[in-house]
Amino acid sequence: MRIAASAIIITLLGLTGCQREKRDIRPSPADLAIYGDAAKESTLRPGGPVTPQPVVNNPYNASSYDISEGQRLFNWYNCSGCHANGGGGIGPPLIKKEWTYGGEPANIFDTIVKGRPNGMPSWGGRIPAYQIWQIVAYVRSMNGEQPTSATPTRADTIQTNPQNLVNRVSGQTK
Amino acid sequence: MKRAAVPAFALSVLYGCAWHQQSALNPGGPQAAKIDTLWWSFFWLLGVIFIIVMTVLLLTLTGRRANMEREALEVTHKASPQTESQTRRIVTGATIITILILFVLIVASVGTGKGIADLGFKKNPLTIQVTGNQWWWEIQYINGDASQTLVTANEMHIPVGRPVQILGQSQDVIHSFWVPNLHGKRDLIPSRTTNEWIEADQPGAYRGQCAEFCGLQHAHMALWVIAEPEDRFDAWMRAQLQPAASPSTQETIRGQQVFLNNACVFCHQIRGTTAGGQNAPDLTHFGSRRGIAANTVPNTKGNLAGWIVDPQSMKPGNHMATIAVNSTDLQPLVDYLESLK
Repeated sequence: MRIAASAIIITLLGLTGCQREKRDIRPSPADLAIYGDAAKESTLRPGGPVTPQPVVNNPYNASSYDISEGQRLFNWYNCSGCHANGGGGIGPPLIKKEWTYGGEPANIFDTIVKGRPNGMPSWGGRIPAYQIWQIVAYVRSMNGEQPTSATPTRADTIQTNPQNLVNRVSGQTK
Repeated sequence: MKRAAVPAFALSVLYGCAWHQQSALNPGGPQAAKIDTLWWSFFWLLGVIFIIVMTVLLLTLTGRRANMEREALEVTHKASPQTESQTRRIVTGATIITILILFVLIVASVGTGKGIADLGFKKNPLTIQVTGNQWWWEIQYINGDASQTLVTANEMHIPVGRPVQILGQSQDVIHSFWVPNLHGKRDLIPSRTTNEWIEADQPGAYRGQCAEFCGLQHAHMALWVIAEPEDRFDAWMRAQLQPAASPSTQETIRGQQVFLNNACVFCHQIRGTTAGGQNAPDLTHFGSRRGIAANTVPNTKGNLAGWIVDPQSMKPGNHMATIAVNSTDLQPLVDYLESLK
């Protein structure tokens, strides 16, 4: 009897550990705004002392819902038209370690908002900010820069192995 | 008294269902009529069997104990040879009758299934491709002549008395096309085309719904099939094939600019403008349609404004982007979209 009761209690306690990922399906009004400067590419600025760069975090990070939404939008907004499934085509690949304009979330956000020379269009003022952040989350997940708990174990398209990427950049072979 | 109220209430609810708009028991076409006949023959035959079985059961439970049972339970725990042969006869007879009834039901069921699979070789069929999306229907009228190919959404018009071939496809997950008043269900499966023939033999508006759970807003994925006489259908088709009406008032001209300068154009198409998105319902003749958001709400200016400003409150989880529309831009945008008759 006592064993049964304690088994039930332990099971119930275990259940309290379960949680469902919280989905922010309704974006907060702040994330609808279109703003252009999430990051600065240089610490230089005219006049005055050099100020440290504030760190901008992706508000739609590390959630499987947002990453999958980013993947849907990546195709809907035709990012795949140039970047293919991250392997690159007309545009550069997105599965890589060395980013021309920075690979931090804020840098990728800015790249999408402002566009870049030689073909990347500016999407600012068109795509709402929260969706750009979702695309950023997906692009980062291509490089294994999202927790494995939020990314699929088997990708729909190109399967990336972050370990290989690290090795390729550092020139080591294993 | 109270006990009687519950079944009476249940029956009245069922009665309400049977004559409702979206019901397989209110057939609007030849196939639905066959399904309806099959349903009622099953209902009456099995209903009679149910009543007979229940009556026999009740008689056995409440009646005086028969010899058989007394022998078996009280004396030897073994039936006499006489009872044994009587039991055997009853069981054998009942088994044969059951097999015969099941056989009749199988023949009726397979016969109806074959009967509704197609409409025979009728002339001049119409081909419509229905594509399931999370959570709306794309309706495409297939025609060898590209200028006669029409794409619309969530509302299908068909001519009365003409066979219609439904080619089912899906863009994302498995959906199921089901207009109960016209035919049974047909699944829409990604990267596969399924086939169904429907025909309406009387004019009317038949509501259909996705019948395969497809995610958050499965319940809000409805479509209307509007059956109308051939001449009215042709007039509708001619109007739908036209490009969108150009905005004529200052308000609607402003509204068109708002539409074209926002994220709307990435997903929606309005033929006759530069908006060419292919991911969401075609809005070329949006104002002529009955509902918004796959018929979640009626198509009124108020509902449309609410839908644009905050789609996630009306249909949580849907794929319409929440965009920040200026308060001064909303009214022109709504006026423009509703002017697209």
